[in-house]
Amino acid sequence: MSLSRLLERLLQLIPVLLGVSAIAFLMMALTPGDPVQIMIGDQSITPEQEAELRRGLGLDRPLLERFFIFLGNALQFDFGTSFYHRRPVSDVIAERLPATIELSLVALIVALVTAIPLGVLAAIRKNSILDRLATVGSLLGVSLPGFWFGILLIMLFAVHLQILPVSGRIGYSSEVSTITGFLLFDTLLHGDLPAFGDALRHILLPAITLGLPMTAILMRVTRTSMLEVLRQDYVTFADAKGLPRRRVLFRHALKNALIPTVSVAAIETGSLLGGNMIVEAVFGWPGLGRLVVESIFLRNYPLVQAAVLLYAVTYVLLNFIADILYTVLNPRVKL
Amino acid sequence: MTDATLTHTPPADSLFRRNLRDFRRNRLAMASVIVMLIFVIMTVAAPLIAPHDPNQTDLFRRLQPPAWIDGGDWRFVLGCDGLGRDILSRIIYGARISIFIGVVVIVLATGVGILAGLAAGYFRGWVDVVIGRVVDILLGFPYLIFAIGLMAMMGPGLVNIVLALAYKEWVIPCRVVRGETLAVRELEYVEAARALGAGSGHIMWREILPNIMSPVIVVSTIRMANVIILEASLSFLGLGVQPPTASWGSMVSDGRAFILEAWWVSTFPGLAIVLLVLAINVASQGLRDAFDPRFSE
Repeated sequence: MSLSRLLERLLQLIPVLLGVSAIAFLMMALTPGDPVQIMIGDQSITPEQEAELRRGLGLDRPLLERFFIFLGNALQFDFGTSFYHRRPVSDVIAERLPATIELSLVALIVALVTAIPLGVLAAIRKNSILDRLATVGSLLGVSLPGFWFGILLIMLFAVHLQILPVSGRIGYSSEVSTITGFLLFDTLLHGDLPAFGDALRHILLPAITLGLPMTAILMRVTRTSMLEVLRQDYVTFADAKGLPRRRVLFRHALKNALIPTVSVAAIETGSLLGGNMIVEAVFGWPGLGRLVVESIFLRNYPLVQAAVLLYAVTYVLLNFIADILYTVLNPRVKL
Repeated sequence: MTDATLTHTPPADSLFRRNLRDFRRNRLAMASVIVMLIFVIMTVAAPLIAPHDPNQTDLFRRLQPPAWIDGGDWRFVLGCDGLGRDILSRIIYGARISIFIGVVVIVLATGVGILAGLAAGYFRGWVDVVIGRVVDILLGFPYLIFAIGLMAMMGPGLVNIVLALAYKEWVIPCRVVRGETLAVRELEYVEAARALGAGSGHIMWREILPNIMSPVIVVSTIRMANVIILEASLSFLGLGVQPPTASWGSMVSDGRAFILEAWWVSTFPGLAIVLLVLAINVASQGLRDAFDPRFSE
């Protein structure tokens, strides 16, 4: 892909990002209920103090002006003060973000590690029992609501078999001081292997729950594209040359069959963001998703607004990367 | 052209009938349709078939197990929840919420999507650009986060859930309709209608729309399963239909408090969601195979 084409695509992102910010702004600006009243709560203050507070928050200005102030501040990661925490919203979000990113990454790994081998096997042994099981499994995977699947896993592995913990990121006895905020890394950096094992046991069930729909989708994509590739002439030719089947499958076929899988994985990574809210609620995972849901009930609007914007911008950028990745991997496609 | 060839011209609806016959032959898809019908009957006849009042609490029956387990009672087949309410009756009434929201959101979204998609694909130019931009922006939000943000703004309630989901859902049929319209508008029969002096409205509604409905119907059915899961997710988070109204998502959420001692409180409503969503997914796959084989594997 040429540089000018890439620049053009980047420019096309601007109206989308502006529109997304406008919606995130309007969602909260039009919310019934006065933010100043919510901030004051039960405290008694004079009308002058209230007017001062309103001016301080910029609420006395016209809507359009407030939007541009919001946009300018957002570019500097300034999202105002969290009513509940009485600290900058960006600080509160930064604290919770590593937990969410860590969970999403492990879910992505779980999905890739399960989906690719299963998809390839299902394609190689088309119409076998394994193929049928994989098809039924992928249909179930997209039909199971995440919150229910998570509860089933808790009931089986935490309550019944008692081999994995019910909730949280790490046990009290294994806690380590924060370095990166990613517990799997931090425990390793401290050289504390038992704590690493504990963190891994905590993340396993939430990651499987979060990764399930993605696993189902990626497995189908891998199976379909592998079947497609196996029908190609160059694979037949490689077979005819007498190359070992294993070599044909893994050196020749798989490399091309994985192109759609990688692109779909990049797109689906964005959809993990939505799943986070549910999974974090089920497993008491102290990440951003849970913070947002709690903030809605506390009417902590600046935080909800910042998180909605953050999620949307990340989603748009991930989709953009997925597009680019698809073109780079597959030179026949032009953007 | 001779009379003989005319008499052999197939009737106009033969393709539709052939597709329908293909669909009927798909036994798995037909079984799914039957499951869906059972749920629809449950929705319509809930007051007649529910064994108890879904909101009737009885603390003496608190967490009573299903009938086949010790301590169970066949009058309360699936057991009772934390307030002693009959789980089966609540599942039957909960189907109303899921199916109502699924159907209304999809009908609304498909209606708006068809209008916007036809306009964008037929008129192109600035109409297409404006609609395309709105679609791009809405696609910029992860679905659940968009709905959660709107629910935070509008507050919980049935109408608000429908709106929160429909505001984004229309984008999907819109994209399908736009793509199909772009392809169909150049075909000869549309050209012919235009040459005969037909207006834009006539061409869009009478000539283009009937010919692009298959993919729209297929996509709408697939999406209905998604909408039902999204509604259940919102209810699970406490942002959906408010208590004491029974909804499957909030029933699963209520049961979380009792997973140590009463697995049935969460399990059965979740099973109902899976059964309905699975049936819709299988049926829509059958529809796709019969009516729109381009997308079949």
